[in-house]
Amino acid sequence: MSAALRVEALSKSYGGVQALREVSFETEPGELVAVLGPNGAGKTTLLSILAGAQQADSGHVSVPPREVGWAPQQPALYARLTVAENLELFARLERVADPSQAVAAMLAQTGLEARAAEQLGRLSGGNRQRVNVAIALIGDPPVLALDEPSASLDPAQRERLWEFVAALARAGTTVIFSTHGPGEAQRHADRVLVLDGGRVTFDGTPGGLIARAGGGEDDLERALVSFLGGDRGAPA
Amino acid sequence: MRSLLRKDLLILRRSRLTVALLVLYPVAIALLIGFAISRTPSRPHVAVVDETAPGETVEVGGRRVAVSSYVDGLFRGVDATRVPTRARAVQEVSSAKVIAAVVIPPDIAAKVSSATVQAEVEVIYNGNALEQSLVSSQLRSALAEANLGFSEQIQRAAAQAIELLLRGGNLGVLGAPSNLIGLDRIPALLQKEIARMPPGPDRKALQQVARFATFAAQNLNVSKRVLATVGQPIKIRSTLLDGRRTPLDTFAVVVAVTVSLMFLGVLLAAGAIALEREENALARLIRGLVSRETLLLEKILLSAGCAFLVALAMLAGVGAFVSVDWARIGQWLAALACGAVAFAALGVAIGALAREVRAASLLAFAVSLPLAFLALVPAGAVGHGFYDAIGVISFVFPFKAALQALDAAVNGAHPALPGPAAHLLGLTVLFAVLARVGLQRAS
Repeated sequence: MSAALRVEALSKSYGGVQALREVSFETEPGELVAVLGPNGAGKTTLLSILAGAQQADSGHVSVPPREVGWAPQQPALYARLTVAENLELFARLERVADPSQAVAAMLAQTGLEARAAEQLGRLSGGNRQRVNVAIALIGDPPVLALDEPSASLDPAQRERLWEFVAALARAGTTVIFSTHGPGEAQRHADRVLVLDGGRVTFDGTPGGLIARAGGGEDDLERALVSFLGGDRGAPA
Repeated sequence: MRSLLRKDLLILRRSRLTVALLVLYPVAIALLIGFAISRTPSRPHVAVVDETAPGETVEVGGRRVAVSSYVDGLFRGVDATRVPTRARAVQEVSSAKVIAAVVIPPDIAAKVSSATVQAEVEVIYNGNALEQSLVSSQLRSALAEANLGFSEQIQRAAAQAIELLLRGGNLGVLGAPSNLIGLDRIPALLQKEIARMPPGPDRKALQQVARFATFAAQNLNVSKRVLATVGQPIKIRSTLLDGRRTPLDTFAVVVAVTVSLMFLGVLLAAGAIALEREENALARLIRGLVSRETLLLEKILLSAGCAFLVALAMLAGVGAFVSVDWARIGQWLAALACGAVAFAALGVAIGALAREVRAASLLAFAVSLPLAFLALVPAGAVGHGFYDAIGVISFVFPFKAALQALDAAVNGAHPALPGPAAHLLGLTVLFAVLARVGLQRAS
């Protein structure tokens, strides 16, 4: 099977701080890839480079930014526009063939139909995050980059989100997401990338990471802490 | 571009307080500045104590000038209230009912008539250093006007006395003989007598007297002109170098409209670009959906369009009260458009530096207001070096050029519209480039 996304030797630094060092990996169509690592490991930088929001200093991404749907960590939405207006704006900017239909489809998929006419500023954090993800999906991209998509969602909303993301993956969309919770990665991801100090220190299945950490653990969070050295606190 | 414009207009429509502030605040500031500029300085409220006797006159060569003419002159220069005594005047100043008092002493007529002792009036004032400076300067000006008027009357009286000496008649001075012969007739009468006299020492002596009389008559004639010169040594003749004179009230309109144009253009553009960062939408937009150039162009067009419409409405509204030439409306539109675009470009350059709308608005306000005031500082009001520095600052920001463009468009003032318009378009490009660099750094 040909790679849906190929990342080759991506490097990025901010001043004297090296955020990414020669990061390379490939994903297959429909694969769900979780990016894990401690704070400052380079997860957000990696996803924003894939989305074209930042330029890498060097390296190559095989998919152009317009073909990557991106939901940044902080919802990038207009508080004074309604849910439907936000979706329609980005549908038009993404040059979707039928923006109205795309908006209706997204509202249905995200369960936000009843909130379509409400201004974003009046929605809860969880609902804003759903709109944030919906905008990432509106252009029906083959690759989806979600930066901590379940942050500020309650457990029920989180479950709905992952069901939704899993459905997208089953339909062939490649999903790369960063997360605070290794448990989410263990439950939903096909593959785990561990970033540490800007380098990929592990690339494999969740089970593979548990085995690599010593095999005595059955939960990924403990395994990750053990893998990262244990003395740096909880992973982010 | 159209989607972004529609989005920004929707956001503006829903931000009623912001829009109200954006429109009303600049208009209020502009009207205040225009009002301050168009008003001539108010006359100081002054108490006047006239201690001279009623009907007191100054005697000049047998002519009399009423001291009350000096008081009348002073009354024209100030908003005067007569008070009976110096003590009452001091009380009025102390209680701040008047800003100063002028005491005209009883001996003023005697001193002016003596022609040896300079007469004095006393000025009493109070208040802090700024008030003292203002009062002092306004009163000096009013007193100088009164002095000038008074000295003109004295000159006229002196000139009449000289005229009588030259032409003859009744001097009107106590003890002077009536029907005196005029000095200018004496040389001719003497020449007749000399012609009849035989040569000798008497004839020679009379010839000397005749020469003196001729010389004296000529010089007395000149002395009338000298009197006028001494009374007002230098007269002012105004020459306007370029263009035609702009009436103060229409210039004030131009300043007021330019200030509105500036605030609206700069604040709206700065806020609009900063809003993209505040909402975290900038990164999402510029990742391939919209180029940075398109984003900047959209903000410039939006802000310039709004500023243009408000300023045009303001100009048209003010035109109902102040005489403006509607035949020049084509030039108004061109000047307003150039100014609006330049201010909006400055606004996006400022907005690209700020992470949030409040910071952008504060920065835009902090930059704009001093620039407007600096551009209005007249030459000669400050030192050469400082004025040169102001000139450079005014050149690299759009306010002065926008003011010149609008003054040329509305009042036909110099420099003509094409110069300032080209300057504004150059500044638009400069600030758009700076905004582009700022946006690159921001993302």
